[in-house]
Amino acid sequence: MSNLLTISPSPHFKDKPTTKSLMFGVLTALIPTFLVSLYSFGIGALVTTLVSVGSCVLFEWLITKYMLKQQPHIADGSAILTGVLLAFNLPSNISPFIVMFGALIAIGIAKMCFGGLGCNLFNPALVARVFLLISFPVQMTSWPKPIESRLNYLDAVTGATPMAAIKAGDLSICENANFLDMFVGTIGGSLGEVSAIALILGGIYMIARKIITWHIPVSIIATVALFTTLGWLSSEGYVFGRKIEVIANLFESGIHPLYHILGGGLLLGAIFMATDYVTSPMSATGKIIFGVGIGLLTIIIRLWGNYPEGMSFAILLMNAVVPLINKKFQPARFGAPKTK
Amino acid sequence: MKLSTFKIGGVHPSGSKLSADQPIKVMPIPDTVYIPAAQHIGKPADIIVQKGDKVKVGQLIAKSSGFVSANIHSSVSGTVTAVGPVPDPSGIAKMGVTIKVEGDEWMEDIDRSETLDTNVDRFSDKEIIDRVTAAGIVGMGGATFPAHVKFTVPLEKKAEALLINGVECEPYLTADHRVMLEKSEQLMVGVKLIMKAVKTEKAFIGIEANKPDAIEKLTELSHKYAGIKVVPLALKYPQGSEKHLIKAIMNKEVPSGKLPIDVGAVVSNAGTAVAVYEAVMKNKPLIERVVTVTGNSVKNPSNFLARIGTPVRLLIEAAGGLPEDTGKVISGGPMMGKAATNTDFPVAKGTSGVLIMPEELAHRREPEPCIRCGKCVDACPMGLEPYLLSVYSRKKMWDECEEHYIYDCIECGCCVYSCPAARPLLDYMRLGKSTVMGIIRSRKK
Amino acid sequence: MEDNVIAISIAVLGGVAVLAAAILYVVAKKFKVDEDPRIDEVNELLPGANCGGCGFAGCRNFAEGCVKSLEGKFCNVGGADVMNKIAEILGGTVTAPDPKVAVVRCAGSTACRPKVNNFEGAKSCAVVAATYAGETGCAFGCIGLGDCVTACEFGGVSINPETGLAQINESLCTACGSCVKACPKGIIELRKKAAKFRKVYVSCVNKDKGAVAKKACSSACIGCGKCAKTCEFGAITVENNVAYIDYTKCKMCRKCVEACPTGAIKEENFPPRKPKEAAAPKELGQPTNADKVEVKPEPEKIVLEKKSDNPNAN
Repeated sequence: MSNLLTISPSPHFKDKPTTKSLMFGVLTALIPTFLVSLYSFGIGALVTTLVSVGSCVLFEWLITKYMLKQQPHIADGSAILTGVLLAFNLPSNISPFIVMFGALIAIGIAKMCFGGLGCNLFNPALVARVFLLISFPVQMTSWPKPIESRLNYLDAVTGATPMAAIKAGDLSICENANFLDMFVGTIGGSLGEVSAIALILGGIYMIARKIITWHIPVSIIATVALFTTLGWLSSEGYVFGRKIEVIANLFESGIHPLYHILGGGLLLGAIFMATDYVTSPMSATGKIIFGVGIGLLTIIIRLWGNYPEGMSFAILLMNAVVPLINKKFQPARFGAPKTK
Repeated sequence: MKLSTFKIGGVHPSGSKLSADQPIKVMPIPDTVYIPAAQHIGKPADIIVQKGDKVKVGQLIAKSSGFVSANIHSSVSGTVTAVGPVPDPSGIAKMGVTIKVEGDEWMEDIDRSETLDTNVDRFSDKEIIDRVTAAGIVGMGGATFPAHVKFTVPLEKKAEALLINGVECEPYLTADHRVMLEKSEQLMVGVKLIMKAVKTEKAFIGIEANKPDAIEKLTELSHKYAGIKVVPLALKYPQGSEKHLIKAIMNKEVPSGKLPIDVGAVVSNAGTAVAVYEAVMKNKPLIERVVTVTGNSVKNPSNFLARIGTPVRLLIEAAGGLPEDTGKVISGGPMMGKAATNTDFPVAKGTSGVLIMPEELAHRREPEPCIRCGKCVDACPMGLEPYLLSVYSRKKMWDECEEHYIYDCIECGCCVYSCPAARPLLDYMRLGKSTVMGIIRSRKK
Repeated sequence: MEDNVIAISIAVLGGVAVLAAAILYVVAKKFKVDEDPRIDEVNELLPGANCGGCGFAGCRNFAEGCVKSLEGKFCNVGGADVMNKIAEILGGTVTAPDPKVAVVRCAGSTACRPKVNNFEGAKSCAVVAATYAGETGCAFGCIGLGDCVTACEFGGVSINPETGLAQINESLCTACGSCVKACPKGIIELRKKAAKFRKVYVSCVNKDKGAVAKKACSSACIGCGKCAKTCEFGAITVENNVAYIDYTKCKMCRKCVEACPTGAIKEENFPPRKPKEAAAPKELGQPTNADKVEVKPEPEKIVLEKKSDNPNAN
């Protein structure tokens, strides 16, 4: 210890959270989801997650050390988080090589090309997911049936997810499936998106620990709920007792709003993906605008787009708008002049 | 009941008021005092004594050199041994007077009796301001803005209410808390005097809820003094900032670039009010103040009544000595105080506390990349974007700094406090702020 | 039907093209800014570093200024070579100022200026200087966090890891003055560039009284004035406890260097002194002559040889 007094500009006090503790806080919040995915998809979930995390960390380490020639800081947990989120966006029976390829895209292209932690414009895990979805459409959309495929994951029995079924015009799933399955997570889908209850638990944990604020998840879910309810109610074309042809045509399939909210990646996206610090706006107003935008885009893609699932596209599209949102929606300023 | 506070931003550092229960102890007079000529915001006072002069306690030794300046008096009796550089926490010696103490002989016109004088009516508002000016009173919360300037309400403006700042939102510090408890009556009379000086009928004493004893005592007393009301406030830093106190109590926002008086408020610190009482009623200039000496490693965290110019080293010794593992000595509180280069610097009018931090708390973490979490934006009580401003400042993009209102920054440190990546946001913003303020000033000329 | 579609497409697109072309033409005519073509020509010649050493915001501004009037304009970076070409274009004469080079006036290396504090915070001299004296007892010396290094467009400044001080690579220095502006302590000065980069200067700006200065740094100028007494040319003044050598008067006799008790006066790039005392007068004469000839270019000069060729020609 040197006996020189340290001098530094104020403040000399520091709040406890560090980048590392925040990242690990998010990881903690993802534990329930991970447990459910283990229960539903068994060994496939485990392998996919481990491969994804391992390769994300490895790529980050290799790139910082040998390409950027910097001191790698894996310990901050950001690469681990990207790995977990990427895995949670994949089906459990996907080949580990595809996962590794996804990790390379996430870390190598979406994160490091932009300058590493804090500089990326798009959410790395989502970039990788969308990349894989376009490159390997079959593998990315054959979802193993839950429970049955716990052990034989690579040649598992596959089945449709609620969203895919609806897209295919098979509305019977809406009538048969019960909300409890969707809530608990015994439905088909990506690793992390099946269990609503686990995701919501994680979200509450993060809000309680002040890791994220409520703005983004609540505004996304509220927007989706509002518009799907509207669609559901008006699917016969009746608005306030009057039949309007255009609306009837728009929302031709009357799908219960809860399917939209619980099915597909909406909750995973709203709680864990859209709230990614780096790629979300700074101010509270900005966050709400961002959330509403994601909600709207998701609904538009789901109802009228080609894909059954719109969450990842919606988030990526809104990611691109974040700099503009930040510029336009600055925080409420203390003592700002009243008149413009 | 929900306690009021300000709305935008703010943080909740742990209070750590270690010395809250320690009664104020009078420090013995030191052998030598170092009295700096600049103990206030504004122009340094002109020193009017010379080497070899004999001075008494309360004698004027440096004269106010303009409207925004303040008189400085000798805090001891003795011989001036030097007029020249005196130690300063920054390590850059400043102009001042060194006095060797001989006895304790006071100026004759100072009333040293302890009796409480509540006869406010014998002074006119002008006389009060004159006496405050003569006594060299400055804001004692740390900002050290000359008090007479604040109390002189411009003709075209009107003070609706006087706000007394008993918030003491800085962690660790307890000087104002003890003053409010032990000099409550004097405080009340002081508040009455300031109310008269600024011509208002209303005064609010804002106290944060972590000082229930002070709230209770002053609330009880306030029934005796018409127009004074004690307002308990919810805990939140930086509530002691003038603008935020006004927001918390009066729910008014001081517009950017304006002064509190523009929304009809005059804000004064609790310690200042007591000093005003002593200056007006007892004719005693500002020659001593209460200083908290504290820190987790300090043996006996205490509150001392010390003469201005007493080397801080002596105060630390009186509180049990400088601990072995000291890594940092801060003049003031942990949020806005200044880390001192050594312990030789003297107590000045604005020295509200001395905080000693052990080695393990003394260091900043190595900065990490910004993860754009927005915590600094959420924490900023002025609604600024510190993450952006610090980058603009570092890159010397002054126009952009100005466009993003860097001049509104109050340097409270909430952004750095909340930054998980330990980035030196405020370091750069301070630089940007002073540069932009300079640019704005030169533009006006 | 299909023919029709093609015809319509061609008609519509062609129409749009003609319309757009018309608009572009009108706008280009209407908003045409008449600019002296010579500005571009001059701008082409300039180095394009936008260092601001000329006092203009950038090279183009300087070019505009030159076109208006060439008087008093000089681009240190381009040197006389460039300036002469500019003069050819614009017609007129350029007056070359004495060539200069940046000099760091602080010798308070870690060895002679002990650290008394440990600074933590933003790594910027400006930030430190705004609140503190620095890490040492000297409130005037080099902070060593390299604001000058970042300011230099030419890579001519670096922080010597051994001494912790800024140092100038003279062969890269263009005397643009960026580092002078960047240094919050005002340590860096542009001094006359003499032959072989020889220079004699007081490497200290400490205004503290002798004892205080000496305590903070063993190589501080203590303002004793011995140098001023030694100087035969009246080039040395002592003000505010610090000596200053006026480079316009200095003949580089180096007597002051020997006289200085703390070694604050530095001589650089001189051949090693001969041990014999007798050699001194001879040396005195030589540099003086060299000086009078006014920087007659030394051919072995590395990068700047071209640039310093012409000032004498003018």
